[in-house]
Amino acid sequence: MISQILFLLVTAAAAGLFAFQLRKVRQNIQLGRPLDRSDQPGERWKTMALVAFGQQKMFKRFTPAFLHAIVYVSFLVINIEVLEIVIDGIFGSHRILGQFSGPLYDVLMVVNEWLALLVIVACVIFMIRRNILKVKRFDGVEMEESKGTITRRNYSHLDANIILVTEIVLMAALFAFNVADIQLHALGAGALQSIDNLPGTFPVSSIFADMQLFGTNPHTLHLIERIGWWGHIVGIFLFLNYLPISKHFHIIMAFPNTYFSKLEPKGELDSPKNIHEEVKAAFDFNYQPVEDPNGPKRFGAKDITDLTWKSLMDAYTCTECGRCTSVCPANTTGKKLSPRKIVMDVRDRMEEASKYKLVPNEEGLLVPSDDSIEGAAEAAQHTLLGEHYITNEELLACTTCNACTEACPVNIDQVTIITEMRRYLIMEESSMPEEWGIMTQNIENNGAPWAMPAADRFNWAMDIDKIESNEKVSE
Amino acid sequence: MSEKIQVPVMADKVAAGQNPEYLFWVGCAGSFDSRYQRVTQAFVQILDAVGIDYAVLGPEETCTGDPAKRSGNEFLFQMQAIQNIEVMNMYEVKKIITACPHCFNTIKNEYPALGGNYEVIHHSSFLQELIDSGKVKMSGGGEFKGKKITYHDSCYLGRANNIYEAPRKVLEALDADLAEMKRCRTKGLCCGAGGAQMFKEAEKGKKEVNIERMDDVLETKAQIVAAACPFCMTMLSDGVKHAEKETEIEVLDLAEIVAKNMDA
Ligand code: SF4
Ligand code: SF4
Repeated sequence: MISQILFLLVTAAAAGLFAFQLRKVRQNIQLGRPLDRSDQPGERWKTMALVAFGQQKMFKRFTPAFLHAIVYVSFLVINIEVLEIVIDGIFGSHRILGQFSGPLYDVLMVVNEWLALLVIVACVIFMIRRNILKVKRFDGVEMEESKGTITRRNYSHLDANIILVTEIVLMAALFAFNVADIQLHALGAGALQSIDNLPGTFPVSSIFADMQLFGTNPHTLHLIERIGWWGHIVGIFLFLNYLPISKHFHIIMAFPNTYFSKLEPKGELDSPKNIHEEVKAAFDFNYQPVEDPNGPKRFGAKDITDLTWKSLMDAYTCTECGRCTSVCPANTTGKKLSPRKIVMDVRDRMEEASKYKLVPNEEGLLVPSDDSIEGAAEAAQHTLLGEHYITNEELLACTTCNACTEACPVNIDQVTIITEMRRYLIMEESSMPEEWGIMTQNIENNGAPWAMPAADRFNWAMDIDKIESNEKVSE
Repeated sequence: MSEKIQVPVMADKVAAGQNPEYLFWVGCAGSFDSRYQRVTQAFVQILDAVGIDYAVLGPEETCTGDPAKRSGNEFLFQMQAIQNIEVMNMYEVKKIITACPHCFNTIKNEYPALGGNYEVIHHSSFLQELIDSGKVKMSGGGEFKGKKITYHDSCYLGRANNIYEAPRKVLEALDADLAEMKRCRTKGLCCGAGGAQMFKEAEKGKKEVNIERMDDVLETKAQIVAAACPFCMTMLSDGVKHAEKETEIEVLDLAEIVAKNMDA
């Protein structure tokens, strides 16, 4: 009875904390501008099914995709086991699903055990790839080890290792639970768990149980069994609440994020309405531009409040895998631009705004809401564009080639963030490379990006021979 | 002395009460870049030989606004777009063919929001259709026989608009040996010119993107690099020059390859 109450309390606390964290993330995402992504639900479900559920884009690289698939599938299957644990925890039953579905439970346990073993192997390989082989795409300015205090920026490797170790520990706890349980029943001491016959078949644990791994004392065994059980579920609760501050949040965010993917062709950039109003006024001096109170507050993006909520959701979904950066032509030829850094900067800025309780004023600029918070005034001085986060040089290096968006396993749209910020640079600050200034003038004056007189536009047509009936090629 | 082609201009055609089926959108590079003018001319030779009912805007054409938009100047982009849309709507243009993937992308995907709705066809798809339907027949031998050709995917055709097969189908119609680069199709490496990079120096780095791409080209040992975009053409040609391979590797557009090899 006491353990049931304790379990209820722990579960309620974990669920409550998680709900609180999700609410905060939701609020942060809502700092973004409105964007309508409610169209084409059929296409959206399909994209989510393929990209998030089906891991479609992971399989561009086989080895990590295969290892990742093991962890992912076991995550899905283990959820069934978690359901059982929760029911058992609340009602004081033991392996409740096994009481109802004998053969099905056998299958579940067999699959579970093999997967759990494979997860341990996969996690070990992941750790070797990251820490010993040092796979190149896990490197980059945005991933550098911390010299001083740990900040989000240089937290990536530690984060990955924390998660990988946690996963191994969770699986070990599961095995401890199973092994001890089998041993107990083999000793005929099943009564300690209020059931006589242990349901399920355990291909991996039974090997260790046969070896009498945990000795023969029923009380020790019972203790180990309980530690394994509690360890597994408490570990899962901790894991759950760790997610929102980790790149592993993608195991949840990948689903909504792919659902709300950009469905237009990758080459299409939006045509903002507020700029269109200005253009109309430029064509017709009598035209009064219509202002949309919910529309963009300026041209392009200077801070996170100028990006749409989808770009902000993207940032919370990023797995920091570096697939985007590793295929970026600018990055691979040594330019400062790294699409992964762009996405991580958006997230870090959101977290900064949230930490210091910054809120948007009427102009959409982030200002402190609570002056007593130390550092809030300084945080309000930062913007996404600028030395703290994204610099002009990074933005100017992008060729809009869409290699990043194509490579991203969770359909993040880095190009939209980059071009929105370029719009701000050029339209609000008029800060652009000299050559772009010349290009702009040429387009305005000659209707072409080069300094060629419009009158010469048709000169190419002056002297074109008809194709002769091709004696030369018809041998 | 061979006969010359009179390139039909939309204004003349419409004044004469005719309504050409296609508008051939030439683009700034196709109009002004001396190398790409040859591509425009080759494409016009094909249109003429097949007897396509087309016209160009001629002096009435102006920049689509793509480089303005990608550089961040949305205002200038929309100014350009609205002007072009007005002209094309005035001529009741329905179908547009263009050899430039940037013009293609902009007119096809970004003009509709501003009131320009057309069926837009890239010349690679158009050439493929001409070959498939038998209107263009490639001669068996020709100067490409047995040569090794590699195709460089333009980002604005490939990833931006999912056109990967049409250019390859065109090349397959030749009696040549097609070799893929290790980064091709969805993984194709940019030439370095997109996003208005064409019109500025690259940012500081350790290498130019087109030089990086040249390594992929050299690895295939191809004698011909086929391109389907004016910017790629410039960047690849510069890459060949940088590698001092001008005598061994030729950069050609699909239209030039077809024009050289078709039976008229
Ligand atoms: S679109 Fe820009 S950021 Fe993305 S891969 Fe290409 S150059 Fe890099
Ligand atoms: S943006 Fe996508 S590809 Fe890039 S690091 Fe994040 S998850 Fe990986």
